[in-house]
Amino acid sequence: MAHLPFFPEQASSHAKDVDAVFLAGMGILAFFTALILILIVTFLVRYRRGTTAERDNAPNTSLRIELLWIGIPLIISIGMFAWSAVVYYRLYSPPADAYLVDVVAKQWMFYLQHPEGKREINELHVPLGRPLRLRMISQDVIHSFYVPAFRAKQDVLPGRYTSLWFQPTRVGQYHLFCAEYCGTNHAVMRGTVEVMEPADYERWLGSGSSEGSLARQGEQLFQKHHCGGCHGPSQNVPAPPLQGVYGGRVPVTREGDPSTNFITADDRYIHDSVRLPKKEIVAGFEPMMPTYDQTELSEADLLKLIAYIKSIGAEETSK
Amino acid sequence: MSVAIAPEERMARSYLTDGYNLKSWLLTTDHKRIGLLYMVSITLFFFVGGAAATILRLELMTPKGDLIETADAYNRMFTLHGVVMVWFFLIPSIPAVLGNFLVPVMIGARDMAFPKLNLLSWYIFMAGGIIVLATLIAGGVDTGWTFYVPFSSMFSNTFVVPAAAGVFIVGFSSILTGLNIIVTTHTMRCPGMTWDRLPLFVWAQYATSLIMVLATPVLAITVALLAAERIWGVGIFDPRLGGDPILFQHLFWFYSHPAVYIMILPGFGVVSEIIPCFARRPIFGYKFMAGALLAIAFLGFIVWGHHMFVSGQSMYAGFVFSIISFLVAIPSGIKVFNWTATLYKGSIRFDTPMLYALGFIGLFTIGGLTGLILASLAVDVHVHDTYFVVAHFHYIMVGGMVMAYLGGIHFWWPKLTGRMYSEWWGKLSALIVFFGFNLTFFPQFVLGYLGMPRRVYEYTEDYQILHIMSTLGASILAVGYLLPLSYLILSLWFGKHATGNPWSATGLEWQTTSPPPTHNFEETPVVTEAPYAYDPVVAEAEYRASLAEIEERPRVNHT
Ligand code: HEC
Ligand SMILES: [Cu+2]
Ligand SMILES: [Cu+2]
Repeated sequence: MAHLPFFPEQASSHAKDVDAVFLAGMGILAFFTALILILIVTFLVRYRRGTTAERDNAPNTSLRIELLWIGIPLIISIGMFAWSAVVYYRLYSPPADAYLVDVVAKQWMFYLQHPEGKREINELHVPLGRPLRLRMISQDVIHSFYVPAFRAKQDVLPGRYTSLWFQPTRVGQYHLFCAEYCGTNHAVMRGTVEVMEPADYERWLGSGSSEGSLARQGEQLFQKHHCGGCHGPSQNVPAPPLQGVYGGRVPVTREGDPSTNFITADDRYIHDSVRLPKKEIVAGFEPMMPTYDQTELSEADLLKLIAYIKSIGAEETSK
Repeated sequence: MSVAIAPEERMARSYLTDGYNLKSWLLTTDHKRIGLLYMVSITLFFFVGGAAATILRLELMTPKGDLIETADAYNRMFTLHGVVMVWFFLIPSIPAVLGNFLVPVMIGARDMAFPKLNLLSWYIFMAGGIIVLATLIAGGVDTGWTFYVPFSSMFSNTFVVPAAAGVFIVGFSSILTGLNIIVTTHTMRCPGMTWDRLPLFVWAQYATSLIMVLATPVLAITVALLAAERIWGVGIFDPRLGGDPILFQHLFWFYSHPAVYIMILPGFGVVSEIIPCFARRPIFGYKFMAGALLAIAFLGFIVWGHHMFVSGQSMYAGFVFSIISFLVAIPSGIKVFNWTATLYKGSIRFDTPMLYALGFIGLFTIGGLTGLILASLAVDVHVHDTYFVVAHFHYIMVGGMVMAYLGGIHFWWPKLTGRMYSEWWGKLSALIVFFGFNLTFFPQFVLGYLGMPRRVYEYTEDYQILHIMSTLGASILAVGYLLPLSYLILSLWFGKHATGNPWSATGLEWQTTSPPPTHNFEETPVVTEAPYAYDPVVAEAEYRASLAEIEERPRVNHT
């Protein structure tokens, strides 16, 4: 689509779908507004006081007419709902192979880390054409990650991961905004998303210093915080080994609930195991796991630990 | 009817002359005087909120922050604008001013069911208002009117608790007003005033009151929990304390979405009185109109999640809230189509109230239909928290409710005060308001779709031109609001005395004198016909007769 004035650029596969729903909505708006306007103006002109127009037998009610203007909006509404819901569903269904980038929001910046270990602030470099999923969490208040050219937005919450995915379709630089009011410098919590040719992106990834992949950095943190002291081979305290945990089903018990439930060990589970270890206890173990709050372990570091735990899960299954 | 009494003499016996000292106003239990107390107070708040809006708009003329010193000051300013306009102007506007004044008169009652409670509600309102104004003078609040946690509970360094206390307190005044209107409508109707003869204005106040009584307690609970977390660190919303920030949003919107309908249903009521009167036609589809009011009030309670499509609430919840939000289109459509149909075969006059009512229909249509665009899940993801939303709700609240309020004030001004205002100035300012409004808010739809986030002190240069248009519009709008303030006040001294029924309207309020006596009617009226018993054919015949009369009469120069 050619770039129209007063219309935002389309830079993701998702953008044109959203625009189609939007333009249909605007079409409906224009149609009904025009209809009402024409009717009103016609009546105002014809029936203004003093005209000779015929005014006998004006109807005061009509079931047929009421049903007409109940029925038509109903059908249009259901149609619009269904269409927009399908597009929404796609926005919330990232492809399994999407490339994963972490976002940590805090007053007042976005911190991003790529799986290869590259980090950036208020800038996101992404390769053209590759589906990309953001795994996001906030260190303080609610923020919202918004890229208008991708028609994509998702609130970034404290204490909980949310995610957003898109597939960039045009090389260029686009606005990145925080859309949720978050305090003093909310207005300048913004930056750019730069969509690059894949080759340029690879070059960019390789440039500058890097401390190794996220999983590698996670491994170092695992040692630094002595997680291995309990979870490793030299167990001080009986703790479950973490190999192969990620993505599997874990039997847990919850406080005040004697029954054992199986839950999936996903990002949320690992996150809460570290931040709120008393919430879910692995069946057969004592609640000995210490609580790590943000002062000890930042959200960014926790994401690295998750990457590490995920990587040893993969080793296990590939064996 | 008191045709024989001279205007001066009538004035002498009205509710306005029943005591002149301050005490006779501050301790009055007359619903009409309480209505005027509310009118004066909310006008004050309107201009406080409006001044804040003007400063915000001037700041936004340029991408850099320059006019307002700091980002913090800007954030306090938009919070002030929102809090004052929502709770201290819009919510009490039509219900507490016109509703208070008119509901008893329209149903042929001598007063509200609980006159003392009615006065108490005004005092509670003022208490809340003074707390909020004091908070502002002390330094203000920077959370936005939505008070989202954990920012408001754990991070903001401003006066969140006092502001929340003001909101908490003012809520009780709307509960009391709502309660009073419900009970009055049920128990105080005069002989013959059956439910299917109730003016739609009364139906609208009734539906609004149901929402006020049922939803406002949830607001009180929400702000109380917020205060508990902020003061004592009780972990309710902040995840670090084991709370859930999304819970706050559910609670807040469970009140605040219905509150949006508190801010529009009363406007429907006003417009439903004005259109039939100036089209000289019974309202088209009366039963559907009354039913639609109740349907909107009901649906309003189950759509709150449409404010949370990108908040992290479940996708399936999103589906449910979206489809129900779409359903609101149906009763809203009924209203717009029926008002339009009322004009068909009418005998239409274009007095000031009618101009406001016609403007209302147009702006509400645009506001409502952009609401459907927002209810479209995928589109909302893009425009949520942008200027598109800002434009949408200003079309409803300012283009809708404020237009309706002004239309109603003009329509019933002769009844309220016994004076006529200048029709010429009235029409002129209605046009200025309409034009200024559209110039202010239409560009904001475009800004929003372009991705401009709301609540920002500075922005990137590409958005500037639309902001300049918007600010220009706001300046025109400001003139449009200052004009009625001036000529309506002047009319109190210089306006012509109004007759009992200057618009030849039906409805009991027009059968008593202008202004009405303290107990509204000399003797209890009896209703014998359906509301809106207008006849366009008769109206035309009368009009022709009056023209002929003017022609026959020997004339000294006629301009
Ligand atoms: C004092 C010993 C100890 C230390 C140190 C420790 N943990 Fe644990 N951890 C436990 C115990 C005991 C459990 C099982 C009981 C429970 O679920 O709380 C556990 C459970 C877990 C689980 C859930 C495992 C499963 O099989 O579902 C994860 C994930 C985890 N810990 C990660 C970590 C990380 C990451 C660190 C380092 C930052 C760490 N732990 C440090 C003792 C420890
Ligand atoms: Cu922000
Ligand atoms: Cu809503």
